[in-house]
Amino acid sequence: MSSPETKSPVLILGAASDIGRAIARRYAETGRPLVLAARDPERLEPDAADLRLRFGVAVELRAFDVLDITGHPAFVNGLEPVPGTVVCTVGLLGDQAAAERDPAALELIVATNFTGPGVALGLLADRMAAAGGGTVIGIGSVAGDRGRASNYIYGAAKAGLAAFLSGLRNRLYAKEVHVVTVKPGFVRTRMTEGMALPALLTAEPDEVARAVMRAETRRQDVVYVRSVWRLVMAVIRMLPEPVFKRTRL
Amino acid sequence: MLSGWGRYPRIDCRVVTPRDEGDAAAAVRAAGNSGLIARGNGRSYGDAALNRRATLSMLRFDRLLAFDPETGRLTCEAGVLLSDILDTFVPRGWFPAVTPGTRFVTVGGAIAADVHGKNHHKDGSFVDHVDSLDLLLEDGRVITCGPDREPELFTATRGGMGLTGTILRATLRLRPITTAWIRQETVRAPDLDTIMGLFEESVDWTYTVAWIDCLARSARLGRSLLFRGEHAEIEEVPADRRERPLATPRHRTISVPCDAPPGVLNRWTVAAFNAIYYRLGTPGTAIVGAWPFFYPLDSLLDWNRIYGGAGFVQYQCVLPKPASAVGIRALLEAVARAGRGSFLAVLKLLGKQNELMAFPMEGYTLALDFPANAPTFSFLNELDAIVADHGGRLYLAKDARMGTGLLHRGYPGLAAFRDIRVRWNPAGSFRSLQAERLAL
Ligand SMILES: Cc1cc2nc3c(=O)[nH]c(=O)nc-3n(C[C@H](O)[C@H](O)[C@H](O)COP(=O)(O)OP(=O)(O)OC[C@H]3O[C@@H](n4cnc5c(N)ncnc54)[C@H](O)[C@@H]3O)c2cc1C
Ligand SMILES: NC(=O)c1ccc[n+]([C@@H]2O[C@H](COP(=O)([O-])OP(=O)(O)OC[C@H]3O[C@@H](n4cnc5c(N)ncnc54)[C@H](OP(=O)(O)O)[C@@H]3O)[C@@H](O)[C@H]2O)c1
Repeated sequence: MSSPETKSPVLILGAASDIGRAIARRYAETGRPLVLAARDPERLEPDAADLRLRFGVAVELRAFDVLDITGHPAFVNGLEPVPGTVVCTVGLLGDQAAAERDPAALELIVATNFTGPGVALGLLADRMAAAGGGTVIGIGSVAGDRGRASNYIYGAAKAGLAAFLSGLRNRLYAKEVHVVTVKPGFVRTRMTEGMALPALLTAEPDEVARAVMRAETRRQDVVYVRSVWRLVMAVIRMLPEPVFKRTRL
Repeated sequence: MLSGWGRYPRIDCRVVTPRDEGDAAAAVRAAGNSGLIARGNGRSYGDAALNRRATLSMLRFDRLLAFDPETGRLTCEAGVLLSDILDTFVPRGWFPAVTPGTRFVTVGGAIAADVHGKNHHKDGSFVDHVDSLDLLLEDGRVITCGPDREPELFTATRGGMGLTGTILRATLRLRPITTAWIRQETVRAPDLDTIMGLFEESVDWTYTVAWIDCLARSARLGRSLLFRGEHAEIEEVPADRRERPLATPRHRTISVPCDAPPGVLNRWTVAAFNAIYYRLGTPGTAIVGAWPFFYPLDSLLDWNRIYGGAGFVQYQCVLPKPASAVGIRALLEAVARAGRGSFLAVLKLLGKQNELMAFPMEGYTLALDFPANAPTFSFLNELDAIVADHGGRLYLAKDARMGTGLLHRGYPGLAAFRDIRVRWNPAGSFRSLQAERLAL
């Protein structure tokens, strides 16, 4: 094991998610110290114990609610030292039908997937830029590539996040802040539990974690998890709207 | 579709995956009277970890919680795999006190089946090295039990196949090792009497197990290879490995990519076993890695697919020692006579054990694989009769088809087990397909 004190911390927002937990393990394996942030950080005590025991890394827990955007500046400025990498896995699939009827439900989906992560990642990126650089990783979704009847409110929020990350990447390119957009297809997690998912298109959380690490080291910009998704989405995006509107994908 | 390792039976089960204690308690509450069963990594062969209405996958309950490097005591969640424990602690000089023939089992599954290893005659079974465990009951309470704390619940939980509650966490004692290597001695035995004699004279060895050629007949009946092993000392390790004696040499794993069509079975199996025999089969002493010694089959991932879509059953029995010579001979004769050579045929002398539902008893255990089909099932009834006649029992962790008659004769502790089970969980919420089939 190399000396962890020389490595910069990895901040994970939404660290209690299945994907967040998998990402934490993969980074800890490389000896990076971790800052795990979640709404209820106490729930992460067993995860912190696990990461310390398995990988001998330092783990810090922080309370973080992505909806509390006025609190984000204090949260971001309270991080010491400045993380070298931040991954945001916060997200909410929500209930499409409910969100069609209830504006509050729609707003929650948008705030959790777009506004909240956007505000937090923007502030973090600026702090990293001031500190000399870093990597910002946002978890989007293939749902953001084209709006479909079954989940277009979630998809719209993820599309918003993707556009936001693209702009952030563009703005901070010269400041040594690398911005990654990760677009998983289906992932076997709490979010999709009980759904019938096609095996070949469904990733394990650890595959997302490996894709995240790879994107950081190879400085990739936009990555799909399971490369078939790049193809699938290319085809779906190419369908002309008059055709697409008749489909039931 | 869910199944055990034998892929028979395969059942459509609703799976619930708790991430923490709150989730697990909620799942138990939600299941209510319709019941549920915990599932580890599905390495039991039959229907022990299946429940149509609710199967509780413990695989996300996978955190290591605390370790004391002075005593080797490890506290972890029940879904932690033995392979995780090996990866983390072998480099620090610790090894599971008891390990089954695959490292892809969970701690919860190892406790629920009270698994045995090649050292049962010396060190007992898995739960003999468990200090305490936290058990979630149907009313949502979590009871910590151990040999001196709620001992009755603890005894019923070892080998209790998940029916006394769901194990959330456990504290185990690991064994110190100085190298990740095993000094292995391989001895050829031309027949059954010889192999049994060899087992008797090998009782001082920590690890013993034999592979039987169950196609051999008449004078060669019981022809086998005995493997006995000890953790190697540093001087015994190959010179170029002495610098890092606890490093586990990564060896190649091969995956069986898809279901083998009927008939391919033989080619695959023979190839696999030739490879294993080739590695392990030369008589004499060798210093081998711990992985190939303990887990020869693990290097062939998903090898259960070689039996094709219909799946297979494993038949594992144990006979009391005085009846073993005659009984094992009768079983092997029946197998050879029927020409049903099982490629995986393992013989081992187990030590004393006397728990309510634990499988081991002092005597010989024999494990055989057969494709799951009608001729196999009627043939296994013949074997059942031999096992019953000799006072033996079958291993629930392997079973998918035994009848209640053999169960009752084999497990005299069953009535006491049921009392305890009902006392702690009056609604009987924890139940599996196996429990329903056998009215456990
Ligand atoms: C190649 C191979 C070799 C093997 N070698 C051996 C051997 O040498 N010795 C031996 O004894 N066994 C051996 N086995 C059998 C295996 O060790 C046991 O079946 C073990 O129970 C499997 O653990 P699992 O985590 O996969 O549990 P599962 O198969 O998922 O479940 C087994 C039982 O444990 C219960 N269970 C699982 N988790 C919990 C929990 N958290 N709380 C309560 N109950 C729970 C289930 O309800 C079920 O009844 C072998 C199996 C294979 C595939
Ligand atoms: N699963 C898939 O198929 C899939 C596909 C594409 C993209 N994704 C994306 O992957 C990411 C991770 O999701 P997952 O699949 O791992 O599911 P998950 O376990 O449900 O993760 C969602 C996480 O978001 C957190 N969260 C929700 N609202 C929050 C808030 N207000 N403040 C802080 N955190 C909040 C949740 O926190 P709590 O733990 O506190 O509830 C939870 O940890 C999400 O962005 C999701 O959209 C998932």
